[in-house]
Amino acid sequence: MGEKLEIMERMTRKEYSTRFRIPSGCAVFGVVNQKGMRFSGQTVLEGITMMHDRSNGLGGGFAAYGIYPRFAQEWAFHLIYEDRIAQQQAEDLLGQNFEILLSEEIPTDGSIRLDQPPLNYRYFLRCQKNMGKHEQDFIVNLVMNINSNIRGAFVVSSGKNMGIFKGVGYPEDIGRYYRIQEYEGYLWTSHGRFPTNSAGWWGGAHPFGLLNWSVVHNGEISSYGSNKRFVNDFGYKCTLSTDTEVIAYLFDLLVRREKIDLRLLHLILAAPLWEEIERLAPDIRKVVTALRTVYGPALLNGPFNIIIGHNDFMYALNDRIKLRPMVAARHQDYMYVSSEEAAIRKVCPSPSLVWRPEGGQPVIGRVSIPRKAKLNQKAGV
Amino acid sequence: MSYCISAKGLNYRDLNQKIKVVLAKNPNPAMLTIKDVCGQKYIGDGIQADIQIQIYGVPGNDLGAFMDGPHIEVFDNVQDGTGNTMNEGSIIIHGNAGDILGYSMRGGEIFVEKSVGYRSGIHMKSYGKKVPVMVIGGEAGNFLGEYMAGGMIILLGLHKKESRQAEMTLGCDGEIVGNYVGTGMHGGIIYIRGRVSDYKLGKEVKQMAVDAQDKKILRTYIQKYQKYFGKSQPLKTDGFTKLIPFSHRPYGKLYAY
Repeated sequence: MGEKLEIMERMTRKEYSTRFRIPSGCAVFGVVNQKGMRFSGQTVLEGITMMHDRSNGLGGGFAAYGIYPRFAQEWAFHLIYEDRIAQQQAEDLLGQNFEILLSEEIPTDGSIRLDQPPLNYRYFLRCQKNMGKHEQDFIVNLVMNINSNIRGAFVVSSGKNMGIFKGVGYPEDIGRYYRIQEYEGYLWTSHGRFPTNSAGWWGGAHPFGLLNWSVVHNGEISSYGSNKRFVNDFGYKCTLSTDTEVIAYLFDLLVRREKIDLRLLHLILAAPLWEEIERLAPDIRKVVTALRTVYGPALLNGPFNIIIGHNDFMYALNDRIKLRPMVAARHQDYMYVSSEEAAIRKVCPSPSLVWRPEGGQPVIGRVSIPRKAKLNQKAGV
Repeated sequence: MSYCISAKGLNYRDLNQKIKVVLAKNPNPAMLTIKDVCGQKYIGDGIQADIQIQIYGVPGNDLGAFMDGPHIEVFDNVQDGTGNTMNEGSIIIHGNAGDILGYSMRGGEIFVEKSVGYRSGIHMKSYGKKVPVMVIGGEAGNFLGEYMAGGMIILLGLHKKESRQAEMTLGCDGEIVGNYVGTGMHGGIIYIRGRVSDYKLGKEVKQMAVDAQDKKILRTYIQKYQKYFGKSQPLKTDGFTKLIPFSHRPYGKLYAY
């Protein structure tokens, strides 16, 4: 133990956790109101808490959309810092690039005991000059810059009107620590972690975020190496020592930059097997073959169940042969996705439809906010 | 005597402990009812007794695993791993089941009113007089009877699975069974209503017409299904196809020297 403490002093927390990894499944839960009505984080908290036994206390987290209506048009950054030096360096960099409208510590509940929480800060930022369509690329580069060049500083989320709250602990503790029941959002995802191939550390907890994207994931990406090299060629650097990170970058690359239609995305990420493609009608076969060929290195192999959050939709996908559990449900304007049906039934006792998605078939819950509500949001009501 | 336990807010350990306490006091209750179940795992696991258990709510994974005798009736959907390695008894499910239903099941019966997920009946096996039976009223996902070594699966296709209402599946064929049926199968029988496209069959299985003996078996289990879930429509036994493995040891020579 003495030796461990001594080593800890010389290492950053990431280095420490990576060294003393505890090899030990996961739980995912997502809910969206497709009309964009906001509701408390209590729902997602109850859902994920029901699946307590799927995680082991080494990671939990939440992504929330629609929680910052007052700053809906500004960039909302959540950062974690291991020390004040990291904070100073990161804030200097943010100050050089943005007008900082608000900078504050993320409110936490001190009565929840967690393992060495880092410093948690959030910033509402406006670009100093009008960058037009290049603004998002600029944000991506800045996030990559902070994560890889400022020791002890990590960007947890970097979207608009959204935020990610995560850490090392059970999801119910992490949720209460960040007081997520006090926020209101229209789309929530959450994760309970049981780390298998990488260390349980604060930055490595799910969800992972970039721009408006967030990813929670149960499983492992066996193709991580080739996916990582692929996104790297487009300027995305994987720095958080876990496979899930690369999924967030793939979504940004494929959907935002390559403009792949959401309804076709699974044909890349969980492409049908070649023998299945052979059986398709000729015109469809042509499209599917082209997608699989051009974006081959973006194929996610291995067992997985992922839920992607975005301001405009929730997207869930299983691997092709369904090696991880996933259940989905609909009730009125709500759509749910979960590792276990019981978690959905806990928060929505009698959904109008409960189904078990087929492997490789996406579940898409789009958000269309009625015009009037949108105007209110702009006005910050 | 009948007993009723409320599972509301109970952790799975506490709930299963309560069940054990009831059975310790009275090894043969007329009925054990468990209400307000929501995701508690391992209910009925390892119980060696000829008792009736009724479950209201969605039980958690591995319901009835290793159980040896109980008759469990669930008035809702069940999750993954139901009937894992069960040895004797029955599980009646008034709803849908998740993945790996009857995983390594070696005895007893499972009846599902509606549809089942992926890999149902994976590695079911039989020995001597012990022949596990799984009757599925709806449709089945991919890998039905994967590595099946014994026992019987009957797929009726009376209910469409819910995913059809929710998703547009590429190359969807409208058949009641998914792809990769009986992959690695080397024992047992699968009966499926209608025919199965040849491409869906594992390399180890062949499709055959049902004979008089098969029809007799089918009639027995269809009647049982209707007894549990009510008659939805008359069912003829001649519209079925039978899947059996080519060989009991398909790869017996592969490792021979």
